[in-house]
Amino acid sequence: VSVFAIHVFNALLYSSVLFLIAGGLSLIYGVMRIVNLAHGNLYALGAFVTAWAIGRAVDAGAPNVVLFALLPAGAIAAAGAGAVIERTLLRPFYKRPEEYQLLMTFGLLMILEDLIRLVWGPNPLSATNVYAALGSISIGDDRYPTYNLVIIAVGIVAAAFLWAFIYRTRFGVLLRATSQDKRMASALGVNVNRIYLQAFTLGCFMAGIGGAIVVPSQSAVLGMGVDALVLAFIVVVIGGLGSLEGALAGALIVGVVREAGISLFPEIELAVLYLIAAMVLLARPAGLFVRASR
Amino acid sequence: MSGFARVFQIRPLWRTLAWLVPVAALLIAAPYLFDPFQTLTLTYGLIAAIGALGFNLLLGYTGLLSFGHSAYFGAGTYTVAFLVKYLKIASMELLLAGSVLASAIVSVLFGYVCVRYTRIFFGILTLALSQVLWSLAFKFFWVTGGTDGLRVPTPTLLGAGPTDDKMEFLAYHYYYYVLVVFAVCVLIMWVVVHSPFGKALQAIRDNETRAEFIGIRIRRYRLIAFVISGVFTGLAGALWGPLNGLASPDILVWTFSGEIVFMTVLGGFTTFVGPIVGAVAFTYLKTYAVGFTVYWQLLLGTVLLVLVLALPTGITGAIQDATARLRRSV
Repeated sequence: VSVFAIHVFNALLYSSVLFLIAGGLSLIYGVMRIVNLAHGNLYALGAFVTAWAIGRAVDAGAPNVVLFALLPAGAIAAAGAGAVIERTLLRPFYKRPEEYQLLMTFGLLMILEDLIRLVWGPNPLSATNVYAALGSISIGDDRYPTYNLVIIAVGIVAAAFLWAFIYRTRFGVLLRATSQDKRMASALGVNVNRIYLQAFTLGCFMAGIGGAIVVPSQSAVLGMGVDALVLAFIVVVIGGLGSLEGALAGALIVGVVREAGISLFPEIELAVLYLIAAMVLLARPAGLFVRASR
Repeated sequence: MSGFARVFQIRPLWRTLAWLVPVAALLIAAPYLFDPFQTLTLTYGLIAAIGALGFNLLLGYTGLLSFGHSAYFGAGTYTVAFLVKYLKIASMELLLAGSVLASAIVSVLFGYVCVRYTRIFFGILTLALSQVLWSLAFKFFWVTGGTDGLRVPTPTLLGAGPTDDKMEFLAYHYYYYVLVVFAVCVLIMWVVVHSPFGKALQAIRDNETRAEFIGIRIRRYRLIAFVISGVFTGLAGALWGPLNGLASPDILVWTFSGEIVFMTVLGGFTTFVGPIVGAVAFTYLKTYAVGFTVYWQLLLGTVLLVLVLALPTGITGAIQDATARLRRSV
């Protein structure tokens, strides 16, 4: 039983991080109709900034409380980078065909990848002090790292907040209105440019949280963004691009399949995920949670 | 009036020959003019050009942006590696035939799924499927060599074995071999895009609904275009194998597909020669950027941003616009 519980926790852990990345990607697409290929790099940016900040604090001999307080640093950095990118690079492209937007974000991917290498060098950064500080709890006969439970909690809280934000606040109404019909929203007095900026920043913030909370349990390495993006794509393809419920369901499916795959069919674990995505697309073209009419 | 028409029909031919003949002469004389390193880079460029040419049948002529062409390129390269390793085939002609067959099979399978979609979904789906191959190559290391990849030795060309000096063989014999394949590919692609089939693809690109109303079977045409495109890229992958000497999962990662997109846009996807110009230019750009700095991605990414912002029609598109403006002002 305890082994099974650990598998469940691992699947949830994985799903949490994936939801944070894919949810942001999906939100951005839902509102702005832009597939941000550089989204994974913002996740990586979050991881690197947090790892760097915590590493600095540890060197300075800061107590554990400060280290925990520094966790959100990466998310804030990713949000800031997102805001700058939207204002300077994406805004000229809203009227151009979407192929150019893809190319633009691909260029950004290359640039961000190397900027991270330029700033933090080629070696992995880690922030294991935070991970170790929480120790582990016992599940049956086995020990399980407490920090992993924190990640799961953050994922659940983030999903709940996001839901409340989008369905229960005025900003959420404006966001959904812009997503459904940009021109009508604009005609009714919504400042679409501002909504775009906020949506993109929020999406990047979520990716940043993902990177920030994951980095104490695994190191920040070059290329983590590109790998994460492909998995996030699988999630949004399964759940439906532009749907947050879909991102949540997709993240859970991918999390469970991955956890099962690692122990049952390690060689084809990734291939199975891609094939699930392809099958979902064949059966329900717009994904599980999006009505096909759009 | 008829005089005008005749002039306009004849002048483009003259203009085409005016640059085609010198370029062809330069390509033929290249091994004698440049040092082996330059010739090898040019060989890489010509191979990339075959792939980009195939890719552009989808992007420029059918209006579908694939972000998964690494799959067909990789299928070509790995087929060569497998045939050499497991069947001990040394003849390049047989290797090419095998690669064409393999990339055709992969592109029929993937294309069948992908052509149901257009625009962004097409891009994401091609990307996701290409990563299936990547993960297989990555995980089945006892077959594919994993991240180490498989060695691809120098093959025999038209029955003639490799000479002792490998550099000389690649920069001379292999160069001409690639050049001939390249010329044949350009010719075939030229015929394809100027055939009724090619015109139908352009009709689908410009207006899907109208194309359907005049009786074009959209999905079938897209699938055929997809397969031709995949086979060209697979052929490029096959030629690339012996030149690079190694088939590794790097060429299956989706960012490699991004490079194929990059070179096509660099040259200009609105013209026939655009992808060729772009592929050669990109190869030189990347070779020198990699040699110049470890941050070559930063450099190329910036080039891409500037390109997309300032020159969306690429090198050839910009030249076309400039000459058109010049002619109007004269």
